[in-house]
Amino acid sequence: MKTKTKPTSKTKPTNGDAHKAPPAAAAKPAKTPKPGLNADQMGKQQREISVSEFFTKNRHLLGFDNPRKALLTAVKEAVDNALDASEEAGILPEVTVKLEAVGEGDAPPPAVSQATRFRVTVVDHGPGIVREQIPRVFAKLLYGSKFHRLRMSRGQQGIGISAAGMYGQLTTGKPVKIISRTGQNKPAHYFEVQIDTKKNEPIILEKKEIEWEKHRGTQVTIELEGRYQKGRASVDEYMELSSIANPHAQFTYITPEGETKVYTRAIHQLPDPPKEIKPHPYGIELGMLLKMLQDTKSHWVSGFLSTDFSRVSPQTAEEICKAANLNAHKRPKDVVGPEAEALYKSIQTTKLMAPPTNCLSPIGERAVLAGLYRQIKGDFYTAVSRPPAVYRGNPFIIEAGLAYGKGPEAIAAPEKKVPLAEGEAKANEDNELARVIRFANRVPLVYQQSACATFKAVLDTTWKNYGISQSRGAPPAGPMVVFVHMASVWVPFTSESKEAIADYDEIHKEITLAMRECGRRLGVFIKRRERAHHESKRRDLFELYIDEVVEACKRLKGGKLATAELKARLTEIAKKRTGGQKTDEVLGPTGPTGLPNSIIVTAEGVEGDIPVDTAAPETISLEAPIPAAPMAVEPAATPETRAKGPAAKGRVKPAAKKKASTPKAKVKSAKKAARPKRKK
Amino acid sequence: MSKNKNAIVEKKLVGLADIVIDAAKRKKDPTIEIPVRSLSNVKFNEKKGIIEMGENTQERTFFNVAMAKKFMQTILVGDALAELQRANLTTSLREIYYRTKHTIGDSHENTFDGQDESDPVIEDLEVGLEALREELHVRADNGGTIIGPLVLEDDGDRIDCSRLGKGGYSVPSIVEDDFVSIKKCTADFVLLVEKGTQWNRLAEDRFWKKYNCILLTGNGQPPRGVRRLARRLNEEKKLPVYVLVDNDPWGYYIYSVIKQGSINLAFESKRMAIPQAKFVGLSSADPEKYGLPRNVGIKLNEKDIARAKELQNYPWFQKKEWQLELKRMLSSGLKFELDALANKDFQYLTKKYLPKKLADKDWLD
Repeated sequence: MKTKTKPTSKTKPTNGDAHKAPPAAAAKPAKTPKPGLNADQMGKQQREISVSEFFTKNRHLLGFDNPRKALLTAVKEAVDNALDASEEAGILPEVTVKLEAVGEGDAPPPAVSQATRFRVTVVDHGPGIVREQIPRVFAKLLYGSKFHRLRMSRGQQGIGISAAGMYGQLTTGKPVKIISRTGQNKPAHYFEVQIDTKKNEPIILEKKEIEWEKHRGTQVTIELEGRYQKGRASVDEYMELSSIANPHAQFTYITPEGETKVYTRAIHQLPDPPKEIKPHPYGIELGMLLKMLQDTKSHWVSGFLSTDFSRVSPQTAEEICKAANLNAHKRPKDVVGPEAEALYKSIQTTKLMAPPTNCLSPIGERAVLAGLYRQIKGDFYTAVSRPPAVYRGNPFIIEAGLAYGKGPEAIAAPEKKVPLAEGEAKANEDNELARVIRFANRVPLVYQQSACATFKAVLDTTWKNYGISQSRGAPPAGPMVVFVHMASVWVPFTSESKEAIADYDEIHKEITLAMRECGRRLGVFIKRRERAHHESKRRDLFELYIDEVVEACKRLKGGKLATAELKARLTEIAKKRTGGQKTDEVLGPTGPTGLPNSIIVTAEGVEGDIPVDTAAPETISLEAPIPAAPMAVEPAATPETRAKGPAAKGRVKPAAKKKASTPKAKVKSAKKAARPKRKK
Repeated sequence: MSKNKNAIVEKKLVGLADIVIDAAKRKKDPTIEIPVRSLSNVKFNEKKGIIEMGENTQERTFFNVAMAKKFMQTILVGDALAELQRANLTTSLREIYYRTKHTIGDSHENTFDGQDESDPVIEDLEVGLEALREELHVRADNGGTIIGPLVLEDDGDRIDCSRLGKGGYSVPSIVEDDFVSIKKCTADFVLLVEKGTQWNRLAEDRFWKKYNCILLTGNGQPPRGVRRLARRLNEEKKLPVYVLVDNDPWGYYIYSVIKQGSINLAFESKRMAIPQAKFVGLSSADPEKYGLPRNVGIKLNEKDIARAKELQNYPWFQKKEWQLELKRMLSSGLKFELDALANKDFQYLTKKYLPKKLADKDWLD
């Protein structure tokens, strides 16, 4: 799991905030027998609060506020660690999540919907964890490898998995069970650990070497109080979203009902490993600077500035010192008080290069496209990666994507053929609002949507410009999924439970720009499709009405009319009027020309490059792609269409005519066959 | 209606099919000519005092995306109307709608989505084929009531309109002589009231008996039957017609339709309009004249004001007194309902207002 390879033996169990707040809180409920309690007496009541104790009482801060959310948070923390560890070790992640309902005590497990206790097991094929570190990784809060560095990763503070274990321990009394193995020639270690909530130290209940079928990896099992539900913000949704944002990972999810869902790997290449960077001077606060001044190994202030920060050259360091009226050769440890403040101010006013961005590992446009295409049914997909930007000295990248439509299957599927009554609407798809799926460093965010910068930016985008309707203060309407991902060394969450991204102006602006580009492409697609639709409808329209008119004329003439002849004549006029064959050419390209990183799916096939590796054989879809259309009077294929060769071959004419498809050689029948079956 | 008349109308309807067949033979787009029914295509004939339809027509062609459906609907309605002629039945607008509504082929589209699509098509055919609605065998709602010293004959039944209690006789939509004949009429004038409530007041107070008049109402914009019957009484029995409506732009317009005809069905004016009709009230001068307090008025809303301004521009509202009437209403910013007269007394209308109006000949022409 978590590769906490850098065991800082003297762990600082607290950060500033957690340290200060509790004593004050503890002092309040102190019994006050007499009004005048002196400082000595008060002093006796003041003692350190361990983080574990603090979080026991404030579990909502970590995302354990209710049983349903707790189950999701536990899965999320374990999966985050599995993915982070695998990637850091350069291994393509393969993660299995298993949920089981368990009964209380020895009781048999109740029905899944009634169950209040679950066993969460997450297995990865990552690098494993060395034996000595296992207890602390899983049973000590704020212990980890990721807090003290500036590098993009899913986890940040080293709280998550231990907090999940602590929650399980609090609600069920069961320890966390871990199996880990670091290689084929190494033994597998089995641990049962609990956390000493007062001391924030692990208690080892059992440890032994065992036989394990896996050569490498980590398995963690937590039993906790939870509730399993499907739908929004469920574990099911979380797995689906994880697979979208991590197309290079393979997920297996065994639901509490025993169903196994496999999310296959779409990209067989690890994302570029993110680099660790030093903090950028713009991103730190005075307190942090003071601490760094004390901790540094440099002997001179100028040296400290140029070695401990990114984008500060020795020359710039000199300038900063000069501006702060500070001797550049002063010992950093001696820079305190007003001097430090002057230094801080001068840093903020000095012009510096933006931080390096190679510390970021975006998903990539192709991979986003692949993820969306695989998991969401639609007619149109697109993806946009923004260039790196900076907020408060932290580099970040916004990636956005969009899946629109219900998929050609839904369109081709015969609607219920019920004649419409007066006042009945034809389709109510306009009532549907777009779904926004949010990610931070590839981790799906499923709670607190409306507090999130991504959601706000989606609302602020003027979708009407792109042919999508939108009510005031609401997401755009229509069958649409909007994808937003923020990759950063430090994602500014609004709370420790990491549910929503804080709405910094720079972040908001980047998301908005990405949304606009997606919207623009969608607008082009919609316009093209409408045009093609309009033209084909025009012909269908006449064909439909000709029958009606001919029949009515026959009745008017008292049944004495050669209907076939009249119909043929009218059909001929209609053909001439709509331009016949020429119309197809006038329609122009329907494909993704001019639409980078986009996929268009029609009943005839898929246009655009699908960045999906050849799928496994069992996922080949052989469904008939052509909707059964009634054979209509249609002249045999003209030499012109025949000349198109294999592309046009095999297509039933009415279908081709209906969609007014261009006989473009780009029809990728081969790709269509390889298109994996997607989830409904 | 006579068999002969039926045959003429049927022939006109079958002509629609011939248009399609002929055009198909000549490889042309089938086209129906329909006179334009809008303000731009009506003329006010000052000499006759009626609104007449102009010469402008529009083409309704089949192979035009914007018109294809309408064309198809026109042929369908034509077919349904021909069916009525052959069976010698009459029907309502709504039944025509139901008769012609079905789902087209194997699509999801209905021939008509609502009656608001079929009604204008019927009007188009009335105008386009120069056939009256009665001749097309389409009835409107009865919607009108008559009472007074008058004897009618309807389907062989003798109807003495002075012996119908407070309820009166419900005016059928077709009142041509071969349907309803006027056997006897001793009244001195006709009073056409906009609202049923005032008509009831007058009927209950036996106003018609005291002033020897015929009371008619159309419950709002009077239907064709009521207008045609009033016109016949005016034309055949030489009775003056007085109109009593609310004091608002819609009331004025109702009066103008009775007097000069409507824009939409201008071609019917020559047998519907009553150019001698007089406007007795409620005039915008009345509140002051009759001491109606300002608080029983209603503030004109935006629509009212816009409509009043439209009226100001109609050629048949150009008389000086009418311009003054409209201007007075606009500047007061208020409209008054006939019902507001009850503020003074329940029987103020019958006992004070109308007697004074008629005695003073206080009306607008």
